[in-house]
Amino acid sequence: MDYSNLRRQAASLKKGLFDQGHLDEQFRQVEDLQDEASPNFVEEVVVVFFKDSGRLISNLEQALEKYPRDFNRWDAYMQQLKGSCSSIGASRMKNECMSFRDNCGQRSVEGCMGSLQKLKREHAILRQKLESYFQVTLEAPPCQSWCHDRWIISINLLTDVCMFTMQLLRQVGPAGAATRPAM
Amino acid sequence: SLSCQAHTPPAFPLPHSNSIHLLLHQAKHTLALSSPMAVAIAEAPFHVLAVDDSVLDRKLIERLLKTSSFQVTTVDSGTKALEFLGLHDEDASISSVHQDVEVNVNLIITDYCMPGMTGYDLLKKIKESSSFRDIPVVIMSSENIPSRINRCLEEGANEFFLKPVRLSDMSKLKPHIMKSRCKEHCHQDEDLLSNSETNPTNNSSSSSDTITISSSNPTDNSSGDTISSSNPTDNSSG
Repeated sequence: MDYSNLRRQAASLKKGLFDQGHLDEQFRQVEDLQDEASPNFVEEVVVVFFKDSGRLISNLEQALEKYPRDFNRWDAYMQQLKGSCSSIGASRMKNECMSFRDNCGQRSVEGCMGSLQKLKREHAILRQKLESYFQVTLEAPPCQSWCHDRWIISINLLTDVCMFTMQLLRQVGPAGAATRPAM
Repeated sequence: SLSCQAHTPPAFPLPHSNSIHLLLHQAKHTLALSSPMAVAIAEAPFHVLAVDDSVLDRKLIERLLKTSSFQVTTVDSGTKALEFLGLHDEDASISSVHQDVEVNVNLIITDYCMPGMTGYDLLKKIKESSSFRDIPVVIMSSENIPSRINRCLEEGANEFFLKPVRLSDMSKLKPHIMKSRCKEHCHQDEDLLSNSETNPTNNSSSSSDTITISSSNPTDNSSGDTISSSNPTDNSSG
């Protein structure tokens, strides 16, 4: 198992998230809080974020239907969602939240609906990208110490030795009789 | 959790009192005139009460505080915060006499925008209470509104954090705690002084636990009142 390849993949996925503006510096602040005492902190936070934001979006959609043109109420829901996005560094989502609030200010129902659709799309994209990222990071745990690497190298070496031995034994055949390759 | 985690084993069993400083004061008051003795006090981590209606922000602030070596309790509303402190919502000036658990909170950090009781309302209640008015209060908000910030500071808030709160903000908390403990010390000095003049046996503290103090070396510690803080794992670098 080549962990270094997976780790490269994870780093590349993460870089993409930042380069494409899905995540900003705040996400790095959250990562800094992860340590031996709380080794899955980032993933836990992300899980809480998607649960929370999913709920808020759902509440907002209900409010859009139940309270037409109640821009103050819609704005209040969106303020909560914007806060969550800001806390985790979900940059693109945060921008759509701000756009929605602007539309509330301008009392534009069409504008609000448009912003909400964009927000939901960004929400889905971010979720999918972060899921891929965590999938890869879980398969390739970060190297905590040289011992871990040595251990991996030893396992690989042992596996290779076993494979080689087995191949040798197959060639030698049962009861020591050698299977000569066809001439 | 409310359990105090001592960094060094205490030299004597500590009661759960509202203030370790008060304990020191009682000891001094009782023993200062008799034989000098050293009183060893174990330093517990500072206890912060964090109030935020957002589950995500509660998770983050808890981690931020724990990483900075604070003991943390989180609640999701101002009402729950008052309950935790043992204050009644309707009349916060009277603290509950029959508390099951004695609360020792060194700082309160609260979100501003919360449904029902806002952070500002909570701040006012705390400042109205005789038991808790000296506890430093920090307000957090995602909106940078100068009039809001000023209103809070005028009402007695010690600090205002703009969200999202960062690790580097945590280093601003301890100075407020240390300042308030000095202030508390001064209040108690005045209280004890006035009490001993009128009624020498009147104990102004709410704690009625007995203190067992073992004498160690005979150095007189009545001059130096400093309580050294031991926070070896302080990670408050941004």
